[in-house]
Amino acid sequence: MKLRLALVVLAIGLASASCTKSSGNSTGNNSTVRQSELARPLPGKTWQEYTEPSKNGYSDRVFFAYDRFDLDGDAEATIRAWAEWLRAHRDASILVAGHADDRGTREYNLGLGAKRATAIRDMLIALGVNTRRIRTISYGKERPAVAGDDEDAYQQNRRGVARPSTGGA
Amino acid sequence: MFLPSPKSGPCRRLILAILLWVAVPATAAAQLTVRIDDPNFEPLPIAIVAPQASAGDERATAERIAGVVTDDLGGSGLFRPIDPNAFVQRDGSEVLAPRFNDWKGIGAEALITSRVFHRTNGDVRIEFRLWDVSTGRQMIGRALETRRANWRRLAHKMSDAIYRRLTGESGYFDTRIVYVSESGPVVNRVKRLAIMDQDGANQRFLTNGENLVLTPRFSPSAQEITYLEYVGQKPRVYILDIDSGQREIVGDFAGMTFAPRFSPDGNKIVMSMARDGNTEIFAMDLRTRATERLTRHQAIDTSPSYSPDGSKIVFDSDRSGRQKIYVMNADGSAVRRISNRPGRYATPVWSPRGDLIAFTKLEEGSFFIGVMRPDGEGERILAQGYLAEGPTWAPNGRVLMYYKKARGGTAQLYSIDLTGRNERPVETSESASDPAWSPLLNN
Repeated sequence: MKLRLALVVLAIGLASASCTKSSGNSTGNNSTVRQSELARPLPGKTWQEYTEPSKNGYSDRVFFAYDRFDLDGDAEATIRAWAEWLRAHRDASILVAGHADDRGTREYNLGLGAKRATAIRDMLIALGVNTRRIRTISYGKERPAVAGDDEDAYQQNRRGVARPSTGGA
Repeated sequence: MFLPSPKSGPCRRLILAILLWVAVPATAAAQLTVRIDDPNFEPLPIAIVAPQASAGDERATAERIAGVVTDDLGGSGLFRPIDPNAFVQRDGSEVLAPRFNDWKGIGAEALITSRVFHRTNGDVRIEFRLWDVSTGRQMIGRALETRRANWRRLAHKMSDAIYRRLTGESGYFDTRIVYVSESGPVVNRVKRLAIMDQDGANQRFLTNGENLVLTPRFSPSAQEITYLEYVGQKPRVYILDIDSGQREIVGDFAGMTFAPRFSPDGNKIVMSMARDGNTEIFAMDLRTRATERLTRHQAIDTSPSYSPDGSKIVFDSDRSGRQKIYVMNADGSAVRRISNRPGRYATPVWSPRGDLIAFTKLEEGSFFIGVMRPDGEGERILAQGYLAEGPTWAPNGRVLMYYKKARGGTAQLYSIDLTGRNERPVETSESASDPAWSPLLNN
């Protein structure tokens, strides 16, 4: 955590040094120094910050159609963003959990969750992430994200969720 | 059947001894039977008289035994226990010499009379007789004895004997159910393995809820359970010894193992293993630890179940694009699809009698529990629910248990007769799913 903070400070410093110079008006007769806040660069972002859904076009999860494990365009964009984070965090590993909705039998859904997690893993590998940094697990229909017996809940529960893994791959 | 057992064994397990066997030879004429496959069947009216007893605590035991036998036989849907308030002949000591005209008068066709003794060594003994009221003939005369704390098993053994004598089928009352007990919020459900008698008595937990556990199934000896447990983010198949609580992992697999079942001889476990997203079926020999891969397909191949002779395995697979039921030889050869109707077909379980396969079906937003013959013909739907899943067979192959969940409700266990009659909730202390029925208990 301390190392990460130090990196953040360093990165902000470097970024400020390179960027504010060009945005500052050094040749004009106006001597005021304008100042603006920069977004924290990628290496400083925690997974939680990086995947905060309100701030980004993606989150820590992707969704699947009923009884399917193929990735749609939204899912692929999200997984590309995950791959960028992993490129910026060389020490991090992730755990990808595949989930299913309640509208399948328990054992089949464990198999389906495994297929979903693997589909995500395979795309990350295709994007250059080392296979040893990705671990997968299936929870089938055992860990729904939301309670409810309707299609809205089922849609939110048919998902693959990624998070940094402490256990290594 | 009942086998005599030594009066004291080193294992100190339940001792049930046959001390009396007075069976009057049955004659062919007008045998009293319950024809359970008859579509116009009516439950057999039966009078179950509380056992005659002398001391007060014996009388209490006698009342409790009569209550369990009444619940067993009445709960089967095959018998209609007559309200004891209607009995004309009430005095226990008189009942040992039945006045059959009195019993005919209240519509009884079968009559059970008995006596209970508490012995000084702490055992309880019951002597019971089953009578054919119309002929006055004794159909069973038998004594059972056990430690007093096990009185419920005396009652269940008694019910099994009566059921067998009157239906010609073996009973299922002296059995247990292992299941998953559920508590806590839906998004963070706590699941514990639990075990109880078939009638819901003697519930106890086998795991503490720390780890997610699923799909318990009995070994043929009813002493062990194979199930799925998530240990340190590794979902793997385990075997749990019920009495010792010892847990042992089954095999050393790189991927998730799940959907386990014992082979009928108890020597193997068949299960699924998911690796690189591909779920295949494997069998592992528990003695040699050798594993054998039985399926080779990109699809999800899971929920395997052996035929009772161990020669075949039924399973479900979405290799056709949708979940359907397949049968293969136990070595993985000769795979053929047996379910050919629309809908998703899942969780096939071979009946202990071998004649039927129970399954879960999903169609048009509903779940169904049904049976079909091993060739896929003769499909019959027995039960339906918003969610209904995971049938398990009573050891006589006449009754199924499964779990259902209503929309917005929680999971609960149900049982149903193979005829589709008599669907009944099975009471548990918490929400419950994934039931598995034990074989008949020994001794």
